[in-house]
Amino acid sequence: MHEIEYREAIREAVMEEMERDSKVFLIGEDIGVYGGAFQAYKGLLNIFGEERVIDTPISEAAIIGSGIGAAITGYRPIAELMFIDFSALAMDQIVNQAAKIRYMTGDNLKCPLVLRTQGGSGRGIAAQHSQSLEAWFYHIPGLKVVMPSTPYDVKGLLKTAIRDDNVVMFIEHKMMYLLKGPVPEEEYTIPFGVADIKREGTDVTIFAYSNMVHKSLEAAKELEREGISVEVFDPRTLVPLDEHALLKSVRKTGHLVIVTEACERGSVASDISTRVASKAFDNLDAPIKIIAGLNTPIPYNSTLEYACTPHKEDIVEAVKEMLAKS
Amino acid sequence: MPELTREQKIDLLKIIIKIRRFEEKTIQLYQSSRIWGFLHPYIGEEAIAAGACAAINKEDFIISTHRGHGHSIAKGADINQMMAELLGKVTGYCKGRGGSMHIADTELGMLGANGIVGGGIPISLGAGFSCKMEGKGRVVICFFSDGASNNGVFHETLNMAAIFKLPIIYLCENNMYAISMKSCKSIACKDIAKRSSAYDIPGFIVDGSDPEEVYKIVLKSVERARKNEGPSLIEAKTYRFGGHHPNDPATYRDKTEAEYFIREKDPVINYKEKLKKEKIINISEIEKIEADIIKSIEDSIKFAEESPEPKLDKFLQEVRNT
Repeated sequence: MHEIEYREAIREAVMEEMERDSKVFLIGEDIGVYGGAFQAYKGLLNIFGEERVIDTPISEAAIIGSGIGAAITGYRPIAELMFIDFSALAMDQIVNQAAKIRYMTGDNLKCPLVLRTQGGSGRGIAAQHSQSLEAWFYHIPGLKVVMPSTPYDVKGLLKTAIRDDNVVMFIEHKMMYLLKGPVPEEEYTIPFGVADIKREGTDVTIFAYSNMVHKSLEAAKELEREGISVEVFDPRTLVPLDEHALLKSVRKTGHLVIVTEACERGSVASDISTRVASKAFDNLDAPIKIIAGLNTPIPYNSTLEYACTPHKEDIVEAVKEMLAKS
Repeated sequence: MPELTREQKIDLLKIIIKIRRFEEKTIQLYQSSRIWGFLHPYIGEEAIAAGACAAINKEDFIISTHRGHGHSIAKGADINQMMAELLGKVTGYCKGRGGSMHIADTELGMLGANGIVGGGIPISLGAGFSCKMEGKGRVVICFFSDGASNNGVFHETLNMAAIFKLPIIYLCENNMYAISMKSCKSIACKDIAKRSSAYDIPGFIVDGSDPEEVYKIVLKSVERARKNEGPSLIEAKTYRFGGHHPNDPATYRDKTEAEYFIREKDPVINYKEKLKKEKIINISEIEKIEADIIKSIEDSIKFAEESPEPKLDKFLQEVRNT
């Protein structure tokens, strides 16, 4: 085990896979000499050269198209969208092309493509650089959606994404790149569709992914002092979703709180809520609670920005309220 | 550049006739509701696909459009599998999941027709990167239309292809109409080929009704691409003989304009005449070609009609990814 940052774990995964498979290459904006906007690719240009670390103009649709075209002709590209907000500039390529191509052509064209991007708020960069847009991709059949919360998970899941024969939306969080955590020295991968219980508990299940896992863990620690035992359930991949493990956890605790940074309206959280309510209603001792971002664009002012997304205090309060009622 | 051989010329004629007869048949099948959904015939534009695909090899790639049957046929597609796809059968190229607008085949290097106008243009880049990384001199022909040339991805893609000197031939089929929108009303410059100057790449204009002219200009661009000298933009001037689809009477077009092109620029009639005049082929040989093609198309319909429908459970099993 060694302690490394989330972004270093990304770099390790990419390096290992590029060394293992000559068909893997990187394409995106400022990923060459600059090393990526969050420095995840630092030094890779020197190691792998311009042929495999392709620095592009600001042309998001062309970046994704490059990924698709290379993927259907035998390569395994990792195409990067610097911010998930910029995916709007490439939506036809992601939704109508990448997500469809394998299914629409009856498996004739395979598209092993990883779309790496990051979202979320907390940096004071306002409404066009802070969104949590995973629901857009979660909604589209043909896309896998991965949202890792720790250095260990990001490395293992990225390696799996690169080896997957389908299109994977690999969504990181801009506030986690410097987060440190243990990562094994030896090689490992993490399968998709296998959740990780980040903390075991018996009174309430908190379903949280990406950066909200950490807020939930902080809340769980505080609630423990008040005698409340919280289970923090991290699905790690939203598509495919480890529904079996989620239902098992909910059946154990009888309580489900879903925490998401995204706007509540039309969110992944509301869908998870529906799925659990329709399959484990009789096991619930209280109505499911969603703690989500406000249905508003993310503001610049730091006090306003803070107020628009869930934090430890919100989670603590919601859990206490839920348990007091049931 | 070597002149086309007799065999090559006859092959060009065969492809042009095959596309024409295939499309005529699909229109009938569409109008009798045996093909449903959307159908965009390539009638009038056959010489472009035939000439262009004659200039590349089996292992090269093409990217097609919503009006793409001709491109598939010219790249060597099996018309049984094409017809089966149009009839939604499991023996089709896409197991009946794609239909007319989505025929694709890895083996053929046919990277897909596309239901989104302009949708295939950025995908050409990735195929171009593959060819470049692989270093075996393969190339990509990216077919698109006058309508697609007004989409933003056209600019993103041509700029990027030029920067990285990707081995791609951008072949614009300017058939003068995007559904009802006349290209002279939707394109700020007279010739789409002129847009090449913005990317510092060669731009050519060619008569899209003449397969040999198309062949020559595409070959020139292919040779350049194989030498790692980068992409080219070719504008083939052509005309969509029918409406946007079989049930579109195209009343927005000037009747005399359509009559002119159909009379003067029919690639099937003109190329037959040319090869007859050059004494490459005689009437009875042409009749034989026609008969063989019509027979093969009838056979493809029989094959498609006798093929099984796709099974829902198998479909769901194959596409389920959660």
